[in-house]
Amino acid sequence: MVEVIIHIVLLIFGPLTLLGFIDRVKSRAARRAGPPILQRWYDVAKLLRKGAVYSRTTTIFFKAGPMVALACTAIAALLVPLTGDKAPLSFSGDIFLFSGLLVLGRFAMLLAAMDTGSAFEGMGASREAAFGAMAEPALFLVLLVATMPCGDASFSTAFSQMADTGGLTRDPGLLLAAIAFGAFLVTDLARIPIDDPTTHLELTMIHEVVVLDHSGPDLAFVTIGYALRMWILSAIFVHLLIPVPSGAPLLAVGTMLAGQFIVAIGVGITESVIARLRMTRIPQFLIAASVIAAIGILVQFLGVA
Amino acid sequence: MSASAKSFLNGQCVSRSSIPVLAPQAFREELVTGSQNGARICEMFALPDGPENKLIIALKAHDDLGRLTLISTRVRNNSEFPSSSEYLPSVQAMERALYEDHGLKPLGHPWLKALRGHPDLSHAPSIPHPFLQAEGVGIHEVAVGPVHAGVIEPGHFRFQCSGETVHTLEIHLGYQHRGAIAAILAADPKFRLAVVESLVGDGAVSHALAYTTIVEGLAGCSVPVRAKMLRTVALEIERISDHVGDFGALCHDVGYLPGGSWCPRLRGDIQNALGVLTGHRFGRGYVVPGGVAVKIDYAAVRELDLILGNFEKEFLQVASVALDVPSVLLRFEGTGTLSTADAKMLGILGPAARASGLDIDARRDLPPPGCSNANIDVAVFPYGDVLSRARIRVEEIKHSIAAARGLLQELPEGPQLAQCTGSTPNSVAVGIIEGPRGATTHIGVTGSDGQLVDYRVVEPSLLNWPGLAFAMRGQQISDFPLCNKSFDLSYAGHDL
Repeated sequence: MVEVIIHIVLLIFGPLTLLGFIDRVKSRAARRAGPPILQRWYDVAKLLRKGAVYSRTTTIFFKAGPMVALACTAIAALLVPLTGDKAPLSFSGDIFLFSGLLVLGRFAMLLAAMDTGSAFEGMGASREAAFGAMAEPALFLVLLVATMPCGDASFSTAFSQMADTGGLTRDPGLLLAAIAFGAFLVTDLARIPIDDPTTHLELTMIHEVVVLDHSGPDLAFVTIGYALRMWILSAIFVHLLIPVPSGAPLLAVGTMLAGQFIVAIGVGITESVIARLRMTRIPQFLIAASVIAAIGILVQFLGVA
Repeated sequence: MSASAKSFLNGQCVSRSSIPVLAPQAFREELVTGSQNGARICEMFALPDGPENKLIIALKAHDDLGRLTLISTRVRNNSEFPSSSEYLPSVQAMERALYEDHGLKPLGHPWLKALRGHPDLSHAPSIPHPFLQAEGVGIHEVAVGPVHAGVIEPGHFRFQCSGETVHTLEIHLGYQHRGAIAAILAADPKFRLAVVESLVGDGAVSHALAYTTIVEGLAGCSVPVRAKMLRTVALEIERISDHVGDFGALCHDVGYLPGGSWCPRLRGDIQNALGVLTGHRFGRGYVVPGGVAVKIDYAAVRELDLILGNFEKEFLQVASVALDVPSVLLRFEGTGTLSTADAKMLGILGPAARASGLDIDARRDLPPPGCSNANIDVAVFPYGDVLSRARIRVEEIKHSIAAARGLLQELPEGPQLAQCTGSTPNSVAVGIIEGPRGATTHIGVTGSDGQLVDYRVVEPSLLNWPGLAFAMRGQQISDFPLCNKSFDLSYAGHDL
């Protein structure tokens, strides 16, 4: 029970802070003072107090988009263990529910974007859908690598067994899985080199242009949903690399948090030193991710045999 | 025919009566064959010629000879004249402006649409003109602007795409039209310079120099050597400032943070240098007819030299790092290619032309009398892509710094301002200055009392905007902001 409470507390306080932390890393890398780490909290608080503007051409799909997306991400967040114990929700096959929820959330946002009837958002929606679909195989192959050894398609079982057997130190396939998952993470979260979250150039946007018309509380939901997505994806990334000890909640949470903030530093530094990919190159990037994950399966299979 | 057209130098004035008047057909022949023989049409404009006629005058530049010529043709008010655009696409914007400003219809113009589309310019019957439209399965239209997501000038871009690929782009401008030419003519001669300096915010020095070149040409005064050198230093610093800003923006557009954060800081330094020299960080109020308005002492020259030296070191470091990162090269290389043939056809000017393999630079080809930069090194790249336009800026910054520091080293003592009064009546004077975006061309026409009766400004952006449209053909629409930035064109300079 305590673990569930800790899990929920982490989900509430972690995500927006993590996002603020990435912003801070990026500004420090550019030798700027940067916004406060809690800036995203202030932004969300401000947005929640504002009214929303709805275009006359939009329907219920536009209003529902951010809420559905946030709800999907929130449920998905309950499936990923954060405290070394089982996740609040876990059952055999939960990895499929997880990926389904991620896709459903994106689908809701795409419908909302198409609903505006704007050329920009239609364009962004088609990009987001295309790249999302291309990233999907990488995700499934990674989840296969993670769950195959324990024979149970569940995050909780897989990660606790990984911790018991030593994870990466015993299974080099996990390293390849982590690399592929890193590629999935930057694609799903629209970070450099796939997308530039700070750009104002509407023609180059992928993820940002989809939410261009949302305002007020809706935009706050979008931001919270995005932060939550980042939080759980980086948690999975940490799990793949570091065996988070089970049965010792304090140590587990500590490892988890440290790992996540290291991931955030990694994302911030990456964004500070490389440029975005040309859009026609993104499919190659994602295919490479899938191939790496597939090699991970091969390595694991040969290793086990 | 061309034998009768008297050629003259940049900064000289010629009498209006010496301009040969050709028959309209011969005028077109002369424009088309002249440009086939290497001449460049800088501007076409119309002057009233008696109560019933207009005189269409064209300014041709022979870059290889360093000479300019003027030819003209007489047409009745609100009548037609044969268009050259079909054979000479570089004049299409000028002919559209003639139609819009004077109601003179270029017959056979393939795309006779109002250039600026502003109600104040409604001499031409305002016929609604369609946008270029592509038809076919899967073709869709994307309209961008005039209000943009960033804080930039207004312009409307209409893309015909299939999926992510752009087939055509049509650029519609005019939202920045301020009536600048009327304001220049209406202004008290004492304050005219202030209006000219505000034509293009980041081109104050080059536009002021083009204007003073005309005033000095009409007055027949010569500028002291010290002033010539100081003006050139200001002009080169302005170029450095714009180029470093563009380089940073190119890095920023591809999400390359180090270049995107370093260059704006360096631009601050270089604008401070312009502040040390001119007392204004954009160089306004510095260049005046007869010389420069601000005195500079030895200590300030030393300081300037120091700033330029440090800047060069730091900028070259940033540039070499940025142009060495594979992810940046991947975005720049081969993106938005403008072929040499297209650049020549469209009459592209400045760094964009030199990045497409055209070896033109008004500093060397048409040296203005009031500057001393004729022996500048000119960099040319043959490829015409974004990478070339980025690299040309790095090369030009190097050359400009070398030139500016050399001039400061050799700066002689002496007066920095000469008397410059009087004006030649019934004349046409031309001032062409290679500004940061290319050959900034001004033309002044005086009446019988020696006062300006007409004034023309050709900001290089007028000719370069179609270059951007051509560079975008077959490109990814997501690369448009990058291509746009690599040309770095002025909206205000186009719309005037």
